[in-house]
Order: sequence, then C-alpha cells, then structure tokens
Amino acid sequence: MHEHYEFVTGPLAWMAFLIFIFGSLFRFISLYRLAKKKDGAVFEYMNFKYALRSIGHWLTPFGSRSMRLNPALTGVTFLFHISLFTVPIFALAHVVLWKERFDISWFTLPDAAIDIMTFVVIASCLYFLWRRIMVPEVRYLTTPGDYIILAIVAAPFITGFWAYHQFPGSASMTIVHIISGEVMLAAIPFTKLFHMFMFPFTRGYIGSEFGGVRMARDW
Amino acid sequence: MIESNKISEIKDKDTETDDQGILTGVRNLTPERIENVIGQVLGDETGARLKVYVDTCVHCGMCSDGCHFFLSKDRNPRYSPAGKVKQTMWEIIRKNGRVSPDFIKSAAVVAYTQCNLCKRCAMYCPFGIDIAYVMSVMRRICHKLEVVPLYIQDTANSHSVSMNQMWVKDDEWVDTLMWQEEEAQEAIENLRIPLDKEGADIFYSVIGPEPKFRAQLIYQAAVIMNAAGENWTMPSMPGWDNSDMCMYTGDYEMMERLKRSHFECATKLRAKKIVMGECGHAFRSVYDMGNRALGWRMPPIEVIHSIEYFSDLLDGNRLKLKKKFERPVTLHDPCNVIRGRGLHEMSRNIVRNTCETFIEMTPNREHNYCCSAGGGVINCGPPFKNARVESGRIKAEQLLAAKAQGAEVVISPCHNCHGGLEDTIHHYNIGMDLKFFGDIIYEIMELPGQQ
Repeated sequence: MHEHYEFVTGPLAWMAFLIFIFGSLFRFISLYRLAKKKDGAVFEYMNFKYALRSIGHWLTPFGSRSMRLNPALTGVTFLFHISLFTVPIFALAHVVLWKERFDISWFTLPDAAIDIMTFVVIASCLYFLWRRIMVPEVRYLTTPGDYIILAIVAAPFITGFWAYHQFPGSASMTIVHIISGEVMLAAIPFTKLFHMFMFPFTRGYIGSEFGGVRMARDW
Repeated sequence: MIESNKISEIKDKDTETDDQGILTGVRNLTPERIENVIGQVLGDETGARLKVYVDTCVHCGMCSDGCHFFLSKDRNPRYSPAGKVKQTMWEIIRKNGRVSPDFIKSAAVVAYTQCNLCKRCAMYCPFGIDIAYVMSVMRRICHKLEVVPLYIQDTANSHSVSMNQMWVKDDEWVDTLMWQEEEAQEAIENLRIPLDKEGADIFYSVIGPEPKFRAQLIYQAAVIMNAAGENWTMPSMPGWDNSDMCMYTGDYEMMERLKRSHFECATKLRAKKIVMGECGHAFRSVYDMGNRALGWRMPPIEVIHSIEYFSDLLDGNRLKLKKKFERPVTLHDPCNVIRGRGLHEMSRNIVRNTCETFIEMTPNREHNYCCSAGGGVINCGPPFKNARVESGRIKAEQLLAAKAQGAEVVISPCHNCHGGLEDTIHHYNIGMDLKFFGDIIYEIMELPGQQ
C-alpha cells in the first residue's frame, strides 16, 4: 500500500500536473495561432472594457436574464464551481501535502466547511445528472462523454469524502481518491473541462461585439 | 439517450421538405463532393472561433430559453439552439465531413428555415457562444453544395443579375421613383426626389421590395425628407438596393459585391452619410457583415437606420406634428437593429414623441422575441410558411398580451418583421394593425404649407 501511495503522490502526480499545464498551454497556443491565421476579426473587435462588462455580469449570480429564468441551475452552478475550486486548494490534508513536499503552505479551511462543500459538489453532480436525464432539452444534447465528465468530476469528491470519514477500505480509497484527482487534472486540457479557460474568451468576445458594435447588452 | 444521438438516422417530419431547391441540390450531391466542400469551408474559411464554440459548449441547455422556435414548439429539444447545432455542425465535425446527402438535406432545412440568426441565444448561453455564427457556417456549406431553398435562391440570383433583390430593371427603378415623386407632389407641391445629386447630406437607400411592393414607403420617405428640409438624394444606378439575401444564403462573394456597389454608389455621389429605410437585415449586411467581408471594421461611410434618423429628427423639432397618433400602440424590437445596433431607446423615443398611448410587450428591448421571419426564413417562401408561422406562436402570445392591455397597433421598423408579423397576426386571428414608424409619422405630420 505504501509503494502505491508513493507512486500516486509522486510520479503520477507529476505527470498529471505536467499534462494539465503543458496540455493547456498547447491548446492555448494552437488556438491562438489558428485564430491569428483565420480569425483576425476576433482580435479587431475584442474590447477589454466590454469584455469585462460582460464577464462581470455573467459572474454575478442571477446577473443575466438567462440565469434568472433558471434559478435552480444558477444557484447550484455557482455553489458547485465555488466549492469545486475551494475544496482541493484549502483542504487541510492537501495543504499538508504541499508543506511536506515543497515546504510551501497557506491557510486552510475548517474540516467542517470542507466537508459541507464536498457534499455540495457531490449533490450538484447528482443534480446535473438528474438534469441530463430528466430535462428533455438537456437530454437531447447529452453525449456519453458528458456522463464521463460528470463522473470524472464527482469521483475525487466522493472518494475524498469516503477517505476523510474513514469509511471501510479508506486506505485504498485514499489511493483511488488521489488517482481520480489526477485524472480530472489531466483531463482538463482535452475535454469539455477546458471551458474553464475558454469562458473569459468566448464571453469576452460576445461582450465586445455587443458592447462595441451592437451597442446592446448581452446579459 | 443513445437513440437520440443517432441524428443522421432520424427521419421525421421536422426536417422533411418538398422544396425543389433543396431536393434538386441534394440529388446532385455525391459523398466526395460533400466531404470536399466541407473540407474547404472548415479548413479554409473558419478557424479557432468555430472550434472554440463547438468545443466549449457544455451541453447545459441554457440557450433553449433564448429561442422562439423552441418556446413556440412546446419546448421541443430539436428546436433549441444547441439542438440545431447538434443536427448540423456537431455531426459534420464528428464525422469529419463524411455525411450523407440526406443529412445535408435535413441540415439545410434546419439552418435555413429553423433559425432566424437573430442572436438572441447568444444572450442566454453562459459562454456567449454565437450559435447564429455556427448556423451561418452551415448555410455557407449548403450554399457551396448548391442546396438552398428555391425561393431565397431566386432572390440571390436576382441580386447577382440585377444587383437588387427583386429583379427590378434599371429603368423600372427610376420610373418608380418618378412615379412616387409625382404622387407625393399631390401632398407637397414642389416636392422632388433628387436623383444622383452630388454632395448631398443624405444618401437614402431602400430594399428591393420597396419599389416592388411597398412603393408608398418611398413616397412617405420623400414627404418626410422634404418636410424636414433635407439635402438628400437617391441613386438612379444599381447600388440603390441595400438588401442582401446572399448574406443569408451563404453566398459571401455576392454579399461583398452587393455591399461594394452600395458603398461605392454613395461615395461616387460624395454623400455624407447613408440613411436606410426601415429594414433590419439590410442594416445587418451594411453595418455588420458586408463591411467586414470587404475588410472594413466599421462601414466606410456613416450608416444610419431610419429609427435613428427619425429619432434625431423629432428631437431636433425638425418636423411639425399636427397631433399624436391616437390609437394605443405596442412596439416590436427587430433583432438586427436592436440586438444588432442598440436602437431600442431611440425607438421608444419616437413612440413617446408620436403616440399617445404606448404599451410595452414583455420581454422587450434586447430580449424581445423574434418575428420568426428574419434571417432569410420568410424569403424561403411558401414551402416553409406554415412551419414559420407555427414558430411565431410565442410572438403571437406576446402580441395578444399587449392587445389585452389595449394595444391596437403594432409598430415594427423592419420589413422582414412586417412580413412575419402580418402572417402571425392573420394566422392567430390577433386583429391588430401593423405599421412602420414612417407610416405613423406621415399620418400625424404637418405638411409644408399646411396649417
């Protein structure tokens, strides 16, 4: 068990981070070069002020009519994304790892808070799953890949919750937890998870078009 | 879930068509030609933007509420914006262009007749994915495959032969202007429609259907221009038509030729600015798409839509009004000038200045429902009329709600919207009158020499 632990927190972790970082860089650079070659107009119309105006409205909960029409989804989505980023960064066990390996550390959140947020992520994933199955317009768009992504995102939180609460088999579950986290990280550049990096650009571009050319709101 | 993914195998009434333009085009397709053309469009004409749009969509379905087709069709998922992308570009990208002629047939029906390119969905997608752009790429592919609905292709053919949409011959155009000038002289004795006047402040351009079907609008514009004492002109030569169905069929080469001829016509006459009649798509082509295709970030010469022109005219007290329009009105916000140019407050300014009672439809301004006729859909003609009118149900409900509050007249400053709303009003027995701003202003203005 110990060698397994060493392996998944050592070489495998390095690999996951490298794939995440270089994979994302690769996607950025190739998209940028393609855009330079084929979509010159995008650079021409991109406008910092209007991009920020649009991003600001869409990062404000219920800041757009679309969000107000979907209150449940909006509420869940915001809580989900906030928890999704907060938990892995501020969980005590994770910060301890950084301290041990690299001697860097930052503040942590109380275990109870992390526990609740973990639960929020899992519950949100169940809600998204329910939406995919039950809401006709979402089911129509859903591909097998969407379920896989959902599983990839939920897995580290389910296993983390399991390991933290010392449910039966928690030692093996810790290994599974680490692997699932690494899978998620490595998947970001090559799956729909890349939307986290694309959001400012797509939103910013339509915001620029609406603000600078169309002189209308886009929220 | 699995079943609904096999799009290419689904044959159902939603994309069945007897349109001869599409059917004839499809008969001439071969798998090689399809793959080849798709390769050209995806490889040469599109780039990161399309790729990012398709890759970033997380299939959340939030765009659905943005689409009047989806809302009018009882929330049928096929009609959600992303649902339409699924039936077109997703499949094409997934199969790397290796799709069947039958698939192209369905895709053409979706892209040309089930999306008005109104861009409302871009305001409902959290990522701001411009689905209208994706649909335009699909249309571009269909155009290059020569699978285009017959009626709209006819207008595109007219554009390429005569540089106007309606096969209006050069002498007929001048004749129409002189005829309307004569008519208008009944109202204002010395009224002129100055042809080819150099250095005028205003170059007034209209769409092909004005001389063809709605010549009285030219008459009204002439009366308003004369009453306001404008230094204006209309061209006698090709380039007078600012409309552009080629933009909607996907014939971008022709769109460029049309816009160039329009801009050149105005610059040859050294006009200070172009004022356009109450048309939405023409404005989109001159202000947004055509100028870009020609390499102009913004139009090379100032372009003003009638809404802005009228609003300024009224603000500057340059027209004397006898009275206000008495019947209660409601206002339709056309996509291409509202979401396309933010003229909604100016529209309301005109209404406040000219009408006694104004009843808002909801949602309004940028969020107003589309007429369901724009984006070239009405131009696809009779084969698609019933489907189009059915897709305007949500608009009909909006109109009925305004009527319940007392509105008797719908003002719509767009030709396409007029066509669409006329059919909607008729089909759903709404019983409201439909007017342009020009109609309202003409009715209540004081003519020169009249007290």
